[in-house]
Amino acid sequence: MRSAGGRWIPEDPAALPRLALTVLMVVLLVPGFRLTEFDPGLLFDPHNRLIMGRFMGTFLPFATAPDFLRLILKATLVTLAMATTGMAIALLIGCPLALLVARSLSVSRIGPGRGRLLGSVLRVPPRLLLMVFRSIPEIVWALLFVRAVGLGPAAGVLAIGVAYGGMLGKVYAEILESGDARPAAALLAAGAGRFSAFLYGLWPVALPELLSYSVYRWECAVRASVIMGFVGAGGLGQQMDVSMRMLNGGEVSSILLVFLMLVMLADGLSALLRRLAA
Amino acid sequence: MRPGQWAALGLLAAVVWASFSYLALDLGALRTAEAGASMAKYAASFLPPDLSGGFLARCGRATLVTIAISAVGTALAAVAGLALAIPASGRHGPGARAVARLVLNLLRSIPELVWAALMVMAAGLGPFAGTLALAWHTSGVVGRLCAETLENAPREPMQALQLSGCRPAVAFLYGTMPVVLPQFVAYALYRWEINIRMAAVLGVVGAGGLGQMLYVSLSLFQQHKACTVIVAMLLLVIAVDAASAWLRRALSGAR
Repeated sequence: MRSAGGRWIPEDPAALPRLALTVLMVVLLVPGFRLTEFDPGLLFDPHNRLIMGRFMGTFLPFATAPDFLRLILKATLVTLAMATTGMAIALLIGCPLALLVARSLSVSRIGPGRGRLLGSVLRVPPRLLLMVFRSIPEIVWALLFVRAVGLGPAAGVLAIGVAYGGMLGKVYAEILESGDARPAAALLAAGAGRFSAFLYGLWPVALPELLSYSVYRWECAVRASVIMGFVGAGGLGQQMDVSMRMLNGGEVSSILLVFLMLVMLADGLSALLRRLAA
Repeated sequence: MRPGQWAALGLLAAVVWASFSYLALDLGALRTAEAGASMAKYAASFLPPDLSGGFLARCGRATLVTIAISAVGTALAAVAGLALAIPASGRHGPGARAVARLVLNLLRSIPELVWAALMVMAAGLGPFAGTLALAWHTSGVVGRLCAETLENAPREPMQALQLSGCRPAVAFLYGTMPVVLPQFVAYALYRWEINIRMAAVLGVVGAGGLGQMLYVSLSLFQQHKACTVIVAMLLLVIAVDAASAWLRRALSGAR
């Protein structure tokens, strides 16, 4: 700070507004800190520190007992299978709904005929259904399905199927609407049905994008199915939950390592498939 | 279709079939009338949602806690991420860069929910654990994005300031930060949006907010209360979606 002729002039003309903005943000965050019961002291609470210290101390070496490795291998395969079957169910839910809601396949929108309003109204329920399916997080679906069909991979598969079905339906419809709509409109105007208009008018143009999005979603499904285990829906997550409860650090770090490799593998495979599809 | 595409399709079908049979899923059993009826009964047991005033107030508070978890977690992550991004962008030599990148990758590749389970152990049940969990994971994500922005930022403004006698820290603040700050803010806001949704579910491992309420009420078989919480989550997610779409449109329109 300098004073020129008795007047106080900050060296940086933007200092005051910046300071004000920073103070404002901190003030806005203060109630947040209270609501989240923010207390770093808890981390150094002797009891917590003892448990965590003992747990972290066992992280290395990795657990490599053959029995345990066999268990992890099985859990990994279950995780991959959950992601794949979940995607299959998601496709079964998402594709028909996408065809229903896509505006570019609407017969009533082309002509001056009646039924346009009716068409828009009829498209509302499937849209709502898609919104509910995808807006409830997949892990909540998993919690619900675990109580409906019992512990195990079936609950995870259904959860991925429903949540991702909602996402696929919405995004597929958007992809179908964003492309060139004229071929489909021409087919519809010439009297083709919705499905054949889709098959010959939209499918050829939209295919690469549909494929690459589906592959990307499969990758997300692999990640999601790892997490599902924490609520009892099978796979690697369940194994990790068990090891954590037993405070077995070596097993947890081994599972984390497998998990990282699995995600990297899915990442690479999905990139490869998307390059092939494009 | 070309033969290659037929082969790919066949392979895909085989993989899906193998997955179904590996999990020994009997989805046919779900389609029997009996299973359908029990599923419908289960779904109906959630209705109507519990709309008593006291419970609604608790849900409202849990929603606020959820938003607070995401906001504080993201803010902490923005600070920590920036602190890690500076060495990760190679400003302190290749050694520091490699170490910082390793740390960022570790933070990022452990999912939020696993962090939450670990933090519940370290800090006990409650929203504080969720906040820390989000902060760990998000600082990895934001740090990596920021490091890339810093690497791509032009060096000339900072060099000019340093050559005219500024200390390195001041030169960084006035030469580099103004260039990269809008990008940082955009990343932080984008992650915040994701974190609100995440904070809503972290509670299922005991990390506070709406998720914990849902978990507790489901465990106590209070289906009506669970239904209210699910509706609250749904509304929160839809509101965040709408707000971010509106903001995006407003910002791109203003440009």
